[in-house]
Amino acid sequence: MPILAPVGRIFLAFLAVVGRVTVFAAKTLLHCVTPRFYFRLIFKQMCEIGYFSLPVVAMTTLFAGMVLALQSYSGFSRFSAESAVATVVVISMTRELGPVLAGLMVAGRVGAAIAAEIGTMRVTEQIDALVTLSTNPFKYLVVPRVIAGLVTLPILVFVGDIIGVMGGYMVGVNKLSFNSGSYIQNTFQYLETLDVVSGLVKAAAFGFIITLMGCYQGYYSRGGAQGVGQATTNAVVSSSILILIANYIVTELFFVR
Amino acid sequence: MSNSPKISLTDLHKGFGAKKVLQGINLDVAAGESVAIIGGSGTGKSVTLKCVLGLLTPDSGSIKIDGVEMVGADRKAQDAMLAKTGMLFQGAALFDSLPVWENVAFGLIEGQGIDRKKAYDIAIARLADVGLGAEMADLSPASLSGGMQKRVGLARAIATRPEILFFDEPTTGIDPIMGDVINDLIVKCTRELGACALTITHDMASARKIADRIAFLYQGKIIWDGPVADVEHSDNPYLAQFISGNTEGPLDLDLKHL
Repeated sequence: MPILAPVGRIFLAFLAVVGRVTVFAAKTLLHCVTPRFYFRLIFKQMCEIGYFSLPVVAMTTLFAGMVLALQSYSGFSRFSAESAVATVVVISMTRELGPVLAGLMVAGRVGAAIAAEIGTMRVTEQIDALVTLSTNPFKYLVVPRVIAGLVTLPILVFVGDIIGVMGGYMVGVNKLSFNSGSYIQNTFQYLETLDVVSGLVKAAAFGFIITLMGCYQGYYSRGGAQGVGQATTNAVVSSSILILIANYIVTELFFVR
Repeated sequence: MSNSPKISLTDLHKGFGAKKVLQGINLDVAAGESVAIIGGSGTGKSVTLKCVLGLLTPDSGSIKIDGVEMVGADRKAQDAMLAKTGMLFQGAALFDSLPVWENVAFGLIEGQGIDRKKAYDIAIARLADVGLGAEMADLSPASLSGGMQKRVGLARAIATRPEILFFDEPTTGIDPIMGDVINDLIVKCTRELGACALTITHDMASARKIADRIAFLYQGKIIWDGPVADVEHSDNPYLAQFISGNTEGPLDLDLKHL
């Protein structure tokens, strides 16, 4: 069948990519738990991935929290449930919006940068040079980035959660005329530890996905500048899609019984 | 000079899909000897070098370094081999994220575990060996000219005092005068270290200056191998055409309708 052949080819190519990514992830995890560790590089990457992403995550979550307060107020006022605004904002931020928005923003900022940097190192033979200088490229390039992503994304999301809730509070108190004390009380009244923890677990998973896909796409980039550009695009697109898929899986693991 | 070769390639084959790049390479390089593999573009020079360095795995054949088989060798044996080699890449392949001195000292710090202060002093000394001053140490590689980058790459290659040096197209991409400077530095550094050297190039002037022996690679095989002095008097028509640079001759240049 002329139609089935290309579909089969695409499916086989997809399976091949899934296999390669899985092997890459397994190798990365193995190198994460076996010496040698480049602590200087891990710290440097934590600054690059975590600290320097703080402004973009803060801005995103601040306005997300503000919009959430406005939207939920206008929706809930239809059935006189305005008092639930603070609860909706904090649960939405901690469970979903904080980790997903931070993940997508970091994927755009950091995933692209990782793929471009490692991809350029690949096409200019810098990765080959690492090997000839008795340095394992996985341990030197991939592991510090993945560990930094795993550690810093939960911290970023925790800070983002606080800023997002603060955004909701600012709109609630200043724009929607909520009482400051009762808004804060409503914020914490129904908030459970699991709401925050599930968001932080998601953040760690997203940090792993973003850095892994950035490293994978860069590491296997080919064909000069065009190849590096393609790797950068692929890193952002694939990590964004995987973030949304992982978000569903983690949510189901935590909240569906 | 020891009788056993420092580098020994036997019946080396490597292909990519249907394309057979190496079709039975045989080559020995003795300790202290400098051999240049010459040949046109796409004849398999870089693939040969990458196989020797372990960056590519040959399909079949043998690669022995100091008598130790490297094809299928474990990580430990490969690390031991890499610890006694230095490599100058075609584009220098300096690490953009590190200053010049850290590039030179990289093998000392990461490979040999030497502390950074001592490694800095050694890096400055190696930069001096290739005619670069200490004021270059903190510059970014991106701010250097092509010739300077090659010299930093050479300083990095010799920093660990290797027994074996590899040079990938050392004069490509730089002007003839700077190319000659690089050639002189390669000869000087190789002699000072007493290292054996394997160079791949298509620059005959460079090959004549650097090498004691020349091996001519064509269609994945070494079809001529002899002392530099004999290159001009060779009766091999392929080699004669290559060194004369004529388009007319037995070499299949893969040119369509010129």
